Amino acid sequence: MSNKSFSRRRAGSLAANTTTYVLLSIVTAIVLVPFFWMVTTSLKHQSKIFLFPPQWIPRPFVWENYVEVFTRQPFHLYFFNSTYIAVLVTVGTCLFAALAGYAFAKLQFPFKNTIFLVLLSSMMIPTEVTAIPLFEWMTALQLVNTHFPLIVPPMLGAYGMFGVFLLRQFFITVPSDLDEAAKIDGCTPWTTFIRIMLPLCVPALATLCIFVFLHSWNEFFEPLIYLNSSELYTLPLALSLFTDQSGTEWHLLMAASVIATLPLLVVFFFAQKKFIEGIAMSGMK
Amino acid sequence: MLRSEKWYGYLFISPMVLGFAAFLLGPILTAFFMSFTNWSLFKETSYIGFDNYKTAFTNDPVFWETVGNTLYFSAGLVPLNLLLALGLALLLKNKLPGIGFFRTAIFTPVVTSLVVWAIVFKYIFATDAGMVNQLLEMIGVQGPAWLYNMDLAMPVVIVVSVLKNVGLNMVIFLAALHDVPKMYYEAAELDGATRWNVLTKVTLPLISPSVFLALMLTLIGSLKVFGQIYVMTGGGPGTSTYVLVYYIYQQAFKLYEFGYASAIAFILFFIVLALTLVQWSVRKRWVHHEQ
Repeated sequence: MSNKSFSRRRAGSLAANTTTYVLLSIVTAIVLVPFFWMVTTSLKHQSKIFLFPPQWIPRPFVWENYVEVFTRQPFHLYFFNSTYIAVLVTVGTCLFAALAGYAFAKLQFPFKNTIFLVLLSSMMIPTEVTAIPLFEWMTALQLVNTHFPLIVPPMLGAYGMFGVFLLRQFFITVPSDLDEAAKIDGCTPWTTFIRIMLPLCVPALATLCIFVFLHSWNEFFEPLIYLNSSELYTLPLALSLFTDQSGTEWHLLMAASVIATLPLLVVFFFAQKKFIEGIAMSGMK
Repeated sequence: MLRSEKWYGYLFISPMVLGFAAFLLGPILTAFFMSFTNWSLFKETSYIGFDNYKTAFTNDPVFWETVGNTLYFSAGLVPLNLLLALGLALLLKNKLPGIGFFRTAIFTPVVTSLVVWAIVFKYIFATDAGMVNQLLEMIGVQGPAWLYNMDLAMPVVIVVSVLKNVGLNMVIFLAALHDVPKMYYEAAELDGATRWNVLTKVTLPLISPSVFLALMLTLIGSLKVFGQIYVMTGGGPGTSTYVLVYYIYQQAFKLYEFGYASAIAFILFFIVLALTLVQWSVRKRWVHHEQ
């Protein structure tokens, strides 16, 4: 290649790269503005929210808004509710999905593939259809206005099935020599699962964990229909408490939104590479 | 040995199988039965055949409006989301310095709670204090009441929804672009193909299975839009953003008309199923599978 065409190509790719950066910066700015706006509003004094021209940086920073979120509502309670529900759902889903995924991938039993296909097909059912009878049943069992419907049905329902599918795919890729060797050494399927398979599937399990935790933490529809008493509220639902007929307290609502979003963004920041890869994988195969 | 493996197998799958029976299969059969009754909190339940379906189709103008609004939402969201996701994936696929930052930033809203996202945008599009109108005012334009305008509310919700979820499709496309063998591009370059030709003749056909997957997921998701409507517009102004799931929610959990709500939920299910089958059947025309 001659020197001239080489430098022309260099110039061309430089221009292309600049265009790429400009376009990406625009989209990124649009996507990040809501976060910026959320954080700055959460630190403004109530009287400064409607100022014109708008204050892009709050003067002064009103950290008291964050204190007020907790004194106005028992926000620590909502935080606790969201956390323990998400943890239980995540642990349960991962354990049961891993057990079933391992059985479908590595154990032999009659009707295995038929059962798997039936479970898989349930991922097609929209939650809106099943929500109505489930609500009736929970009413009959007097479990409405408890956390039970937010923990057990998600764990063993549609999200659980997704987990089974994801982990079965993973266990299939584990060489069969491993579990055959374990079998010869006298391991039962249970000890093989706990000692060999579970440690091996940590990467896949981590992806499923983050997935399920995110979903549970952000879930809105189920808490909305099942919870009446505000002390049982989860974070997404609790946010509505800062809006009423007399208006919205934007500074408190935004502070509460930051509190509800921050833990996830921190986790996501550290896990993002694995997580995005995991999504790309499960989306593709 | 084999005998015990069999029982271990059944034991291991039993939680999920029981969960499937109790929380998926049972409810769907019940919902199907409910949709043929006038099941309600306030009256004796009786079998009424196809009356719920008949009412919805012939005697309930709100139902048709919700169907129209739902399709409007999908028709706006799906192409916008896919085109933007594809464009971003093409920009992000090269390993340039700092590309990881952009990738993460654009994916961040996917992780964020839909409710938080919708609340913040409700504020951004607020009539007086909203950032959009404050920016417009700086250049001397009087901004509209975005979410209180019959013609603007739905487009605003669509744009907000695209920004929330475009990252997911972007990641799917990135993974697909990553798998396209380099030799195709080298061959195209040798042939002197233009960028547009490379995109339409090489890249798009090769990633078409992923485009199909993203299309299906986005379309199905868009037909079930709820949270952003509930938070941003509450179905209003008027009934301009009343969508199917919002209507199901109102009928079932506000009015406790479980029978009618179940019928509408099944109609939604059939719409999803029909569109999925249509997509599936035309798939062969444009989805390219490498041998």
